[in-house]
Amino acid sequence: MTKRQSKKRILLQGNEAVVEGALAAGCRFFAGYPITPASEISEVLSVRLPKIGGTFIQMEDEIASMGAIVGASLAGVKSMTATSGPGFSLMQENLGFACIAEVPCVVVNVMRGGPSTGLPTNPAQGDVMQARWGTHGDHPIIVLAVSTALECFEITVKAFNLSEKYRVPVIILSDEMVAHTRETVTLPPHDEIEVIDRITPSMPPEWYIPYKNNSKGVPPMSALGDGFRHHVTGLVHDVRGFPTQTPHEIEAFISRLFRKVTQGFHEIQITQSYLMDDATVAVIAYGSVVRSAQRAIIDARNQGVKAGLLQLTTLFPFPRHVVENVLKQCRFVLVPEMNIGQISREVKRVNQFGTHVEKYNRIDGQLITPDEICVKLLTTLG
Amino acid sequence: MTKLKADRYEIRFSGSGGQGIITAAVVLAEAIAGSGKNHVCQTQSYGPEARGGTSKAEVVISKDLIDYPKVIELDLLLAMNQASCDTYFPDLKPEGLLVVDSTLVDQIPTDRSISIPFTQIAVKQAGKKLVANMVALGAVVHLTRVISPKALESTLMAKVPKGTEQMNLKAFRSGIRAAKKFDLEQLPPTVTPEEEEV
Repeated sequence: MTKRQSKKRILLQGNEAVVEGALAAGCRFFAGYPITPASEISEVLSVRLPKIGGTFIQMEDEIASMGAIVGASLAGVKSMTATSGPGFSLMQENLGFACIAEVPCVVVNVMRGGPSTGLPTNPAQGDVMQARWGTHGDHPIIVLAVSTALECFEITVKAFNLSEKYRVPVIILSDEMVAHTRETVTLPPHDEIEVIDRITPSMPPEWYIPYKNNSKGVPPMSALGDGFRHHVTGLVHDVRGFPTQTPHEIEAFISRLFRKVTQGFHEIQITQSYLMDDATVAVIAYGSVVRSAQRAIIDARNQGVKAGLLQLTTLFPFPRHVVENVLKQCRFVLVPEMNIGQISREVKRVNQFGTHVEKYNRIDGQLITPDEICVKLLTTLG
Repeated sequence: MTKLKADRYEIRFSGSGGQGIITAAVVLAEAIAGSGKNHVCQTQSYGPEARGGTSKAEVVISKDLIDYPKVIELDLLLAMNQASCDTYFPDLKPEGLLVVDSTLVDQIPTDRSISIPFTQIAVKQAGKKLVANMVALGAVVHLTRVISPKALESTLMAKVPKGTEQMNLKAFRSGIRAAKKFDLEQLPPTVTPEEEEV
């Protein structure tokens, strides 16, 4: 901390911090379509990317934006797009293509009130389940939530790293509050940032089998044009990338898609505990609500309640081991969310311990306040 | 009901869309961040329209990392129109301070207030009502002393559109001058009205 404090503090918006994170992670292609409250990501990247030899394209819509980043990534360039709810809906089809073709890419969804055009300038957390299951079919996906400008930077780097390492699309869920809040941040120097690149084939091109299984379940990925035969399709395919209807090939393929993420579970599962050591009640939160909860648990402790907080950065794959430990430890768990209750269902799903789990929801476009969470904790405990 | 530590100083800028409310808050936040002494967090809320509607921006200043980014107990409310004064006045803490643009606010709910015709000053001193926000910012900086005027001026010069630096600077300085005429010691200690003698 003291080391960090010696570095320069700057004022950054969450959206600007996403840009810094993306560039630090090696993102060199962005295609997007402007939308409140995500537009600043496009705005800043449109200036920054060309200066460092990257490409920025404003596409005709979000369907094309998602298509463009899948294409750029297949050509070997780290790619990202950013949008909000309405655009995220349009991206779902091509997002599924990225899942089945195992194309690394990062999609930032800055959540605003929905459904449809909804509340463009208000924060919400209504897209959690869409991030998980928005595209059709059984598919693994990684969903990360951010709560501060610093996390916008760090988690965007992490998103690229996970995406490259596991060849899976990664969704970053931000929200209007995080995206538009400007706050003092000290960014780590570039040489302290871990950047992971996808594994590329090291064998001669004629030996390359693009979807061949290995111990990690993640085949090396050639860039289109590098001289390796690499057939890409949205159909379920065999190890050579060509469509198959053979049951054992289908089964092996879909299983591997899930296995590669499951095997990396411990690395992918990112959570943070606050005052949990002696806690008997806990708040489980993500996104901007974490910030309210941080204050709420201190307020509750001032009132004699041993409250703690579990922050979920990884929402999917759902970090069930950590959540289960909190459920085992506490007699009461509160899940505050700016939606009608999406992660609270996940918490209840893994609650095998008879723990009292309650949700607390706001759907009026306002951030949940520390007071509300504290009062809910105190009144529920009687 | 929750007990709060005096670990934060909270300012809210409010008015209607187009008055430069958010710009004023951003300039203040950036200047404070640049001084490197405190943590600062600036949030905003506004409607989907470009002009009109309500506009609100908040700046929270703290020695420590800031958790909840928005106002909890408001120390200073700047109201640039009557509607925002009416809406947000109840959020002021008892020892808070109300600052209004008396050009546009005529019903003032407390005597613990500083009333300055920001818009009028902007027109007279800087030539455009567009810079009323900077006049108000000058007053806020003088009254709160959260940042030195000098530090703020250099941020302001870098932040405003090219060609408007002098106009904005003039506006900012006239805001400071206007606020200097007030003595906070002379104001009642709280914003809650005195019991009236019948």
